[in-house]
Amino acid sequence: MTFHPNMPYDTGLHQSARQLPEAGEPFAFTPERRARLEEIATRYPPERRRSALLPALYLVQQQQGYVSARAMEHVAEVIGVTPAEVEDVVSYYTMFYARPVGRYILQVCRTLSCALNGAERVTDVLSRKLGIKPGDTDPTGTFTLLEVECLGACDRGPVVMVNDHWHECLRPEDAERLVDDLRTKGPGALSGCHLCVEDKL
Amino acid sequence: MGPVLTPHVREPDSFTLDASLRHGVYEGLRKALAMEPGKVIDLVKASGLRGRGGAGFPTGMKWGFVPKDPAKPKYVCCNADESEPGTFKDHVLMERNPHLVLEGVAIACYAIGAKVGYIYIRGEFLHVATVLEAAIAEARARGFLGANILGSGYDCEIYVHRGAGAYEAGEESALLESLEGKRAQPRLRPPFPAVVGLYGCPTIINNVETLANVPLILVNGAEWFVAIGPEKNSGPKLFCISGHVNTPGVYEASMHTTLRQLIYHYAGGIRGGRELKAVIPGGSSTPVLLPGAIDAPASFDGMVKAGSMLGSAALIVMDETTCMVWAAENLIHFYRHESCGKCTPCREGTDWMLKLLHKIERGDGEMRDLDLLESVARNINGKTLCPFGDAEVAPVLSTLQHFRHEYEAHIREGRCPLPAEWRSGHR
Repeated sequence: MTFHPNMPYDTGLHQSARQLPEAGEPFAFTPERRARLEEIATRYPPERRRSALLPALYLVQQQQGYVSARAMEHVAEVIGVTPAEVEDVVSYYTMFYARPVGRYILQVCRTLSCALNGAERVTDVLSRKLGIKPGDTDPTGTFTLLEVECLGACDRGPVVMVNDHWHECLRPEDAERLVDDLRTKGPGALSGCHLCVEDKL
Repeated sequence: MGPVLTPHVREPDSFTLDASLRHGVYEGLRKALAMEPGKVIDLVKASGLRGRGGAGFPTGMKWGFVPKDPAKPKYVCCNADESEPGTFKDHVLMERNPHLVLEGVAIACYAIGAKVGYIYIRGEFLHVATVLEAAIAEARARGFLGANILGSGYDCEIYVHRGAGAYEAGEESALLESLEGKRAQPRLRPPFPAVVGLYGCPTIINNVETLANVPLILVNGAEWFVAIGPEKNSGPKLFCISGHVNTPGVYEASMHTTLRQLIYHYAGGIRGGRELKAVIPGGSSTPVLLPGAIDAPASFDGMVKAGSMLGSAALIVMDETTCMVWAAENLIHFYRHESCGKCTPCREGTDWMLKLLHKIERGDGEMRDLDLLESVARNINGKTLCPFGDAEVAPVLSTLQHFRHEYEAHIREGRCPLPAEWRSGHR
């Protein structure tokens, strides 16, 4: 039995599809961020400066929202690796964006525990409300909708991570309101991460 | 016996140094520093502590593999990548009891002769990383970390290193690659990290919960620890329970506890009084169990005997309304996305398994697809550099084994055979 190369059932992006990073504006770290990076680099042996690559990329995103090709070149120079090595890392990790994203990145956990609690419907509601498909940014550049894999708060699903903040136990019927609240209150609309540990021993 | 890892986690100030000192944190470190490092390793060996990250490897033995040769620096890496679907226990420990974790890392450093410990935490846990950074600063300011800790002459620094969204970074050798600023992809072993690890130096990598148990062993002794659980499954265990239960959450219990007690007593039973259909006992990488198997103790050995694994002790509970083909497809979507792409069987296999599951779940499957699915899965198992390959086939092979009739019904009827109102629960 052989696989037919043109199977009719499509599961989306092929894994080898390489998306080129956006060139972006000229980029250099602000003096404060550059100093912060040097401080972080002291945590690793001096000849192992590459360990500071992930922290450096977080600083880039803090500064311009995503990691442009020009920023990759700058980071490569600062860390002492090639731009290709930086792109290699950026393209691997899901938390780095190589193209511009919205001000709020709605990341809906879609893995089993959240899905058992209605995560697929949460995504549907958000998608309809914003008029965009998962993976897209709305025309105003305010919201990007993403489906992500397990966020590690499975007892409080469905979980949505909005930029670096968490919103837990988001029922599908409340998803529309979350979008409205984000527009008016900003991150204050989010529930945050509330731990609930029972000790019944 | 009451909880020992999480007794104070619900107190509002539980994460502060003062509260931690009140609860006896850093007493274990004090005791360890007064002992020979080799004796600390012997004590951990005697306690029978097994790794809480998933494999259940004896911790003391792992530490013993580190060469005594002082020529190279040595490192401790605390694996806080916690990304196994269903798992959220280390999250609680780090956020509410961070000083116990730091104490465990410091003792591990002392035992193997490392001066630096890294806590590799998943990127999504920014709020937890912030708590840990604050705890490190507090502990350093009061002499529990840094130079000459507690006047012992021993120096120990701990740093937090944030990942950036990669399940594979939780695999020990991929974690080291990520910490070195590269893609999180596994290394060929041997050599094992205990000999050639971070920066080519001897390194031990332990899960957060594993290291959090170490101070308790130092304070209370190995016999106390052994007495908590069944033979060869010593110590307390954190169980994560999620899915269709009334009170999902993290529960601390001994490994005498059965899956039934965890589901029906701790987690309050199945939501809406429904029937249990299946339970994944140890995170998505462990085979599903049927309701008939839930009287087995939730221990490393008990779960193997029941036909699964304890893994990260993350129970995902599914009631009668769950379509098992849909559940398998959901998990394979996860593995396809998270496969690091280094080994061909895993990279290509997850893609083909997802295509087949999607086709069957949608009602377009043919009977021969079931054999094909099983054949793809069996050709991934054992053929990859890291355990990811073995993990990703567990949902497929175990649902095929226990729910083959459900797969066949999808194919025969050309649709999901479950009532539409049940399916709307998750769709």
